[in-house]
Amino acid sequence: MSVIGKYFIFLGTLFGKGEKLSVYWRRLMEECVGIGVSSIFIVAIVSTFIGAVSCIQTAYNLVSPIIPISTVALIVRDMEILELAPTITCIVLAGKVGSNIASELGTMRITEQIDALEVMGINSSSYLVLPKVVAAMLTFPMLVIFSAFLGIFGGYLAGTLTGVITERDYLYGIRDSFVPYNIFFMCVKPFVFGFLIASISSFKGFFTSGGALEVGKASTQAVTNSCISILIADYLLAQLLL
Amino acid sequence: MIEINNINKAFNGKEVLKGISSQFKKGETNLIIGGSGTGKSVLLKCMIGLVKPDQGSVLYNGRDFYNCDKETQQSIRREMGVLFQGGALFDSKTVEENVRFPLDMLTSQSVEEKQERVAFCLQRVGLEQAAKRMPSEISGGMKKRVGIARAIVMNPAYLFCDEPNSGLDPLTSVKIDELIKEITEEYQITTIIITHDMNSVMEIGENIMFLYQGSKLWEGVNTDITKTTVPELKEFLFSNKLLREMQA
Repeated sequence: MSVIGKYFIFLGTLFGKGEKLSVYWRRLMEECVGIGVSSIFIVAIVSTFIGAVSCIQTAYNLVSPIIPISTVALIVRDMEILELAPTITCIVLAGKVGSNIASELGTMRITEQIDALEVMGINSSSYLVLPKVVAAMLTFPMLVIFSAFLGIFGGYLAGTLTGVITERDYLYGIRDSFVPYNIFFMCVKPFVFGFLIASISSFKGFFTSGGALEVGKASTQAVTNSCISILIADYLLAQLLL
Repeated sequence: MIEINNINKAFNGKEVLKGISSQFKKGETNLIIGGSGTGKSVLLKCMIGLVKPDQGSVLYNGRDFYNCDKETQQSIRREMGVLFQGGALFDSKTVEENVRFPLDMLTSQSVEEKQERVAFCLQRVGLEQAAKRMPSEISGGMKKRVGIARAIVMNPAYLFCDEPNSGLDPLTSVKIDELIKEITEEYQITTIIITHDMNSVMEIGENIMFLYQGSKLWEGVNTDITKTTVPELKEFLFSNKLLREMQA
């Protein structure tokens, strides 16, 4: 409980006395590149293959002659939009971005770089962490949209190249019974997950003490705690918004 | 001038600092010496506001750092320059950007003014040729000098150095000491140095405070330190074989 309390106090310090807006803007752009742009490759690889595997496995299970084959594409689409793109992508990002944030801040802490900021009278948590949190909340939804597109495209490639579904059926299936609200739901999730991953990982890294071993531990804890919080938030969001 | 009065600090019930009081004068290099784990760094952190003492006060030209409004505290912070033990340079920034950082964050100077000031500080520490290099590309001694350049870029009234000689060869160590001494005299800064380097004690220690197990056991000038009768200080000073032979 005391850790949760400390986490909320830490969140409060992010919005304490800040620096010049131009400083935050520059930091935000740096973090958007570090968190968002540098994650495009891993998101692209993971999403394409998950989409491809979803298509083939759905087709494998869907053997009833009364269910049209275009249903495979519909299932791939809904799985991607509702769960795979937002949740799996964010779990992957928790590993990549979360460990990166925790180890970066942990190293800054043990090498006294954070102390140097504080001695200068700079709100170190606001300067270092707030841009990371905002960048994650901005870039994660974009990455998830990209992921959903590639997942559906991966399903199309796997389905048509292996012959389990024709191009026409696939294109029909992904447009059939489409619910636009699901796109909104898909974008809300990474917004929340981005906040959780960036803030939890920053919290773990920011309060690291000791040496290299503790930085490694903080990094591991950041990923573990982020993943758990994503799964809990995923359930709560589904319960609240669907 | 910096004045510390009755500084006490404990961690988890263990007393680390026990009623430390002293005065550090302007334009002097003040040394805090003692063995490892005697509370030197904690005392320094109490003075620069990184660790709040349980009891006591720290006065900067009469302004009580822990009992003043936030604006005064902020203005005192901006008069401080700190050289950390490892340099504490920002890894993602070049040497030049590291030195310019306080100016970017805390002033509204024009780009030209900042460049001029950074160039002056780098030239002052003899590192103008390393301006574009990353901290990972420079030696330990150079990192310390960049740390000094960053500490003086805001024209500080108070300079704090945490073991500026640690990890350096004797020659570089002497150069760093001389640089700190020159800067202190040139800009009339109140400088406080944490060290256990005996060479620094003898060369630049104008006012020396000896800490032992969290207490101040001796205070004086470097010319008197070898005549001390305090057994703990004698043991500390003459732990080196060469110095023991010289004493004999």
